[in-house]
Amino acid sequence: MSLVIGTQEWADAAMQELNSSQIYKEAAKNWEGDMYVIIEPDATFKHRIIGYFDLWHGDCRSASVVKDESEKSPQYTISGSYPIMKQLLEKKLDPVKAMITGKLKVKGNMGQIMRMPRAALEFTNCVSKVDAVFPE
Amino acid sequence: MWYFVCPEVVFGEDALSRLAELPGKSAFIVTDKNMVKLGLVDRVKEQLAQAEIVTDHVFDEVEPDPSLETVRKGSAMMRRSEPDWVVAVGGGSVMDAAKAMRVEYVRPDMPAEEINPFSLGLDLGSRCKLVCVSTTSGTGAEATWAIVLTDTQTETKLGLGSRDVLADIAIVDPALAASMPPQVTADTGMDVLTHGVEGFTSTFKNDISDGLCIRAIQLVFQYLPRAVANGDDMEAREKMHNAACIAGLGFGNSMAALAHSLGHALGTVFHIPHGRAVGLFLPYAIEFIGEGREELWAEIAYAIKQEVPDGSKAVPVLNRALRGLAGSIKQPLSIAEAGVPADQFDRAMSKLIDNAVADSQLVSTLRVPGEAETEKLFRYAYEGKSIDF
Repeated sequence: MSLVIGTQEWADAAMQELNSSQIYKEAAKNWEGDMYVIIEPDATFKHRIIGYFDLWHGDCRSASVVKDESEKSPQYTISGSYPIMKQLLEKKLDPVKAMITGKLKVKGNMGQIMRMPRAALEFTNCVSKVDAVFPE
Repeated sequence: MWYFVCPEVVFGEDALSRLAELPGKSAFIVTDKNMVKLGLVDRVKEQLAQAEIVTDHVFDEVEPDPSLETVRKGSAMMRRSEPDWVVAVGGGSVMDAAKAMRVEYVRPDMPAEEINPFSLGLDLGSRCKLVCVSTTSGTGAEATWAIVLTDTQTETKLGLGSRDVLADIAIVDPALAASMPPQVTADTGMDVLTHGVEGFTSTFKNDISDGLCIRAIQLVFQYLPRAVANGDDMEAREKMHNAACIAGLGFGNSMAALAHSLGHALGTVFHIPHGRAVGLFLPYAIEFIGEGREELWAEIAYAIKQEVPDGSKAVPVLNRALRGLAGSIKQPLSIAEAGVPADQFDRAMSKLIDNAVADSQLVSTLRVPGEAETEKLFRYAYEGKSIDF
């Protein structure tokens, strides 16, 4: 059965995908820094989902869903509207293209991101592998 | 949604005279010592003087594979000079360094290593515009928003870029490339070829850039051997100079791929010229990606008049043509042929793998190798073996 995006079960499943992916492990082996993934609401989607991922040298040390951005102070934030995130998770949109065109907003140490662009790509690939649906 | 961005391209005989029409007061020239020695910087200055643009400041310290330190030095000098034009005179290294220096000059809050495609709105042009005067027929950097710099501390190439760093004007005057010796003509020509093939087959390929990439490939096959054989063949020189810019316009809007990742890694560690390194890996990258792009390999083969017999695959046909061209201009077909000693190669393997898998061009590669496959790719390319995995 599909998990619901924005639940702890979904975050746990995403963490499991990250930690079992050899490709992610290699691409992110020098990555240091935790991250918010924020799905912004729009006219058709009323929820604001904030996923938190603690990423360290190819491992995801913890993953959770927070209600308020102020709960943590991650080094990176990737945010996008519901339609964009939906396309990403359905693999209909390339995450790097989405970032370049500004559909996905990226905040954080750009020097690190530019040294490890594949880490961001493989992170999205792993999270999109989770069998999940958006909440009603 | 995607973008196609390009500068004003002034090409053909006497294109350099476009400089005499520029508005403004002062220009800062970024170049290297060889350009000064060849008199090309003086020719640029003469044109700018006709526009009454002052050129008191010339930074001629750009080295091959320019470092972050060089960019810092140039941008510091630029801040003292306060130009309203930056004029880059040289090949890819010079143009990339000039792009990065202008960013640090106009936006001191953004060090070169943080130039990225995700933070737009740098608004560079309102303070200082950029002209790229290309003197090699290779990188196409005059037409791209990519910047490749070297972090000398970590011995890695940084694939940076932003649409905002694109030159305002690209000058593609064949007379400026006429002094390239045969070896440089061959090396840079392989870069053009690799841009065309990878730009046409990357995961970012698109309808706007496809035709440019194909045309560049055709021009390389037709004119590169002539330009290498006879540097005075000005028709071949002009066509190759155009091809470099066309390929830049193409791959600059669709990205490069695996051959560039492997070539960057090898080139950085063993100081092999960029075009030679990426061209060396091109057939291996094509074999590795293989059938995932079968119809596109066939399209390229068709474009260069290579017949793929019924029931056959396009990869061996295309690679035969690529290796034939490379061999005809004395390019190495393996890493061993490039002169890398086996013991040094073995010692560097870990670094090569690290650099290749971290390279930004892998994000637009159809089949991305893991570390184990990357090592095999390097070892096969060392021995000149066809990829069979």
